[in-house]
Amino acid sequence: MSELSSLDNDQPLLVAEGLAKNYGRLPACRDVSFALYPGEVLAIVGESGSGKSTLLQLLSAQLAPSAGRVSYRMRDGVLRDLAELGEAERRFLFRTDWGFVHQDPAQGLRMGVSAGANVGERLMAVGWNHYGRIRDTASTWLDRVEIDVGRIDDAPKTYSGGMRQRLQIARNLVTEPRLVFMDEPTGGLDVSVQARLLDLMRNLVSELGLAAIVVTHDLAVARLLSHRVMVMKGGRVIETGLTDQVLDDPREPYTQLLVSSILPP
Amino acid sequence: MTAMIELANAEKTFTMHLQGGVELPVVRGVSFHVIAGECVVLSGPSGAGKSSILKMIFGNYRCDSGRIGIRHHGKVIDLAIAEPRQVLSIRRSTIGYVSQFLRAVPRVATIDVVAEPLIVNGAAREEARERAGKLLRRLNIPERLWTLPPSTFSGGEQQRVNIARGFISDLPILLLDEPTASLDAANRAVVVELIAEKKTKGVAMVAIVHDDEIRHLIADRIVDVTSFAAAA
Repeated sequence: MSELSSLDNDQPLLVAEGLAKNYGRLPACRDVSFALYPGEVLAIVGESGSGKSTLLQLLSAQLAPSAGRVSYRMRDGVLRDLAELGEAERRFLFRTDWGFVHQDPAQGLRMGVSAGANVGERLMAVGWNHYGRIRDTASTWLDRVEIDVGRIDDAPKTYSGGMRQRLQIARNLVTEPRLVFMDEPTGGLDVSVQARLLDLMRNLVSELGLAAIVVTHDLAVARLLSHRVMVMKGGRVIETGLTDQVLDDPREPYTQLLVSSILPP
Repeated sequence: MTAMIELANAEKTFTMHLQGGVELPVVRGVSFHVIAGECVVLSGPSGAGKSSILKMIFGNYRCDSGRIGIRHHGKVIDLAIAEPRQVLSIRRSTIGYVSQFLRAVPRVATIDVVAEPLIVNGAAREEARERAGKLLRRLNIPERLWTLPPSTFSGGEQQRVNIARGFISDLPILLLDEPTASLDAANRAVVVELIAEKKTKGVAMVAIVHDDEIRHLIADRIVDVTSFAAAA
């Protein structure tokens, strides 16, 4: 039900207008505009160097654009320019309303502290202070991402790659964000581990009615997770549309090349 | 009667950029309509563009020109120019598509694969599963298989799971791409029954079937696709 109502919502959650980023004289990202709606999953695909990771950093306010702007609808319903947010509002976004799943879990986790503390930390950052409740919620989330609750006191450095990635997802989702950014979330994992993670992410995203922006070079990931796709090349968005439409009926030469390069299953 | 689907001069050409930009015209001037409670069967030889037309009506293939009007929540939306969000909304609550092959989601149990379209539209999980079970039973999928993912099933079993998934919801439009292709006589008969039940509920259907006997049993009207052939 939550998925249905959020997908029918007519007000965009995030709006990018004429976004660009230059590194010196090198344009990494040029004139990107789109709107993301609540509950919508957008995949950004393209090969290395296409500008997709730069775009993700611009969208998540980790990098300041050279031109253009990103606006986000805060929980009070007002669309605000990210560049003009105060420090407290930015902290709120990063700690609560947004999640960021890194390709390398070591970047998104604290590897030396327990799994329970990794999940609980985000809750404490938003004011939770009852140890028992924090631990219960952390246990629930470990279970949701299919980590044996018996491992709650172990540090992620003792976890496998797939478990670390699932723990990173739990840490991000525990505060019930409305938007999650994912940078190659299945990169570096074995194929069998990837399938399990993708299936898990797909279910969580639809159960929670999350909006997500997923950067991936893997078209299979885009097909399984996303509603819409943007294809990037040379810093520009060259093709965009419904995911199955772009993948089954690609229009641009580069998209046709990408699609035709997939090995049949 | 209300037209649920109305195509007017719909046209599709593939441009193969990797083959030096070769233009591959598929169909041109596609015009027909489907009213509620009617099953229109597309006929024509292999390669005439039947599946392409079905995919255009689902918004899976883009429509280069012309119009594909779909009645959605009481309004007509032109799928040829609809925003991705509108297409998603149409697929969620108006158009169902039964493809030839099940695109299996790894690890998901058969009963949940079938129940999913109902859950997405807000049904309670238990009720959705109960309806899924009824359909699977009708389609002769043994109960011991329901908790397994369908990826390990035989071709015919997978197709029946796919049919159950396609027929479970109460969507007003159904597109059927060879729904009986790899089924035995008993299961073909079940599909014919399911289609008849959908008609009585006012569902508009477009189907592709190669089997003459099945076509005869389900078709209210036949649209010959060869007249839409886009000669190069």
